[in-house]
Amino acid sequence: MSVRSIVPFGPQHPVLPEPIHLDLVLEDEKVVEAVPSIGFVHRGLEKLVEKKDYQQYVYVAERICGICSFMHGMGYCEAVEHVMNVEIPPRAKYLRTIWCEMSRIHSHLLWLGLLADAFGFESLFMQSWRLREKILDMFEVSTGGRVIFSVNMIGGQRRDMDAQMLSMFSKVLDDMERELREISKTFLNDYAVQSRLKDVGFLTKEQAHELGAVGPFMRASGIALDSRKLGYAAYPDIDFEPITSQVGDSYARCDVRIREIFQSFDIIRQAIAKIPEGEVAVPVKGMPSGEHFMRVEQPRGEAIYYVKGNGTKFLDRVRVRTPTFANLPGMLETLKGCQLADVPILILTIDPCISCTER
Amino acid sequence: MSGIMKFTGTVLKNLIHKPVTENYPQAEREYPERTRGKVSIDISQCVFCTLCAKKCPTGAITVDRAAQTWTIDPFGCIQCRCCVDHCPRKCLSMEQHYTSPSEEKTVETYTKQTTEEKQEEKEHA
Repeated sequence: MSVRSIVPFGPQHPVLPEPIHLDLVLEDEKVVEAVPSIGFVHRGLEKLVEKKDYQQYVYVAERICGICSFMHGMGYCEAVEHVMNVEIPPRAKYLRTIWCEMSRIHSHLLWLGLLADAFGFESLFMQSWRLREKILDMFEVSTGGRVIFSVNMIGGQRRDMDAQMLSMFSKVLDDMERELREISKTFLNDYAVQSRLKDVGFLTKEQAHELGAVGPFMRASGIALDSRKLGYAAYPDIDFEPITSQVGDSYARCDVRIREIFQSFDIIRQAIAKIPEGEVAVPVKGMPSGEHFMRVEQPRGEAIYYVKGNGTKFLDRVRVRTPTFANLPGMLETLKGCQLADVPILILTIDPCISCTER
Repeated sequence: MSGIMKFTGTVLKNLIHKPVTENYPQAEREYPERTRGKVSIDISQCVFCTLCAKKCPTGAITVDRAAQTWTIDPFGCIQCRCCVDHCPRKCLSMEQHYTSPSEEKTVETYTKQTTEEKQEEKEHA
């Protein structure tokens, strides 16, 4: 007869960059159940919409998350633009696409580094973050910020990228692609890495669907859904297919994310080739009145923005549903039946971002 | 075993490669042109239109038209560049270096010299 015990996990834990608490119900070393509790970093950013006008709130929205800050700002802007019937110039749409995909590369490289760190492969972690640094430098050159970019505004973009900058970026991306191919061999084929990732933390296609998983976590279980296909920014003009894996274990999630980075390189190249000349912003007149529901694909999955305006400069309501929130039930499912030593890696495979979940 | 020695190539390359990090702070970092560090003002050009204070998302800027002063709370500033973009006289600009760290929160106040004060200064010189 095995002994049942409860082991608290978090909110402070070496593998967690952000606070989430789990009560792990164990039978010997096996996890039977995990009970989560969140609420350690609530900042009240949605409430702030009563204090900041709808244009100032862009800067609040992009501070929801430090990794997908561009996409949070953009998702909010797109939602308000829909409410106000603003059509942004085509060049701005392409700029948004390029910056979105740069954010995706940045986020996935960060995750790969954290994953390597979680199973104790320090030098692989440093190699991943070395690559990520190049993306941050590109962000600083093009937007002026490394984490918070402040280039989104209602009606377009505040900054443009000239042809010289774009050609420089595509050269850097070529270099990065070559170097990432080298590192990804270690991630995908190394014996030590496989022993920690393969056949651990299964999530079936049916479970992923029922539990409402999103993003690479869902696509690794075989569901080919990608919100980019809904056609915001310049994605309707870009040729790409959602990347999936049929396996559904931790290794598949790593595999899907690595292939998504290569896909992002490809999308940026397509966007650089097709980007039209012209203005990057249109003037916006009037106040938002009405509501809109905007879905964007962030690196971690689908994020939802709900915006309701009442005809004044202050919005009635802004609601954000972040991908990590949708992935938590799926994560708890993968934890059931795993060994205690695998818990940190399994939590990491959903790429949790607790601070944006709680806002 | 096909799965071993996958990292060796990267390790060997690393051995002959020069460090990717910079020797900060001994080596000064070069900022790109667009880096947003801190807001600075050429107060002699300012007309105290208060547009920067109105546009600032954090309310870090206060403009006093009567006293002819322009004040910024550098620790409340989020470096969004809103004020610089909206300034009609283009007297605001973005410096590439960040605000220096401080033990206490200070504010920076700039006062515009009146014509009489300028006159006095000239006479002094």
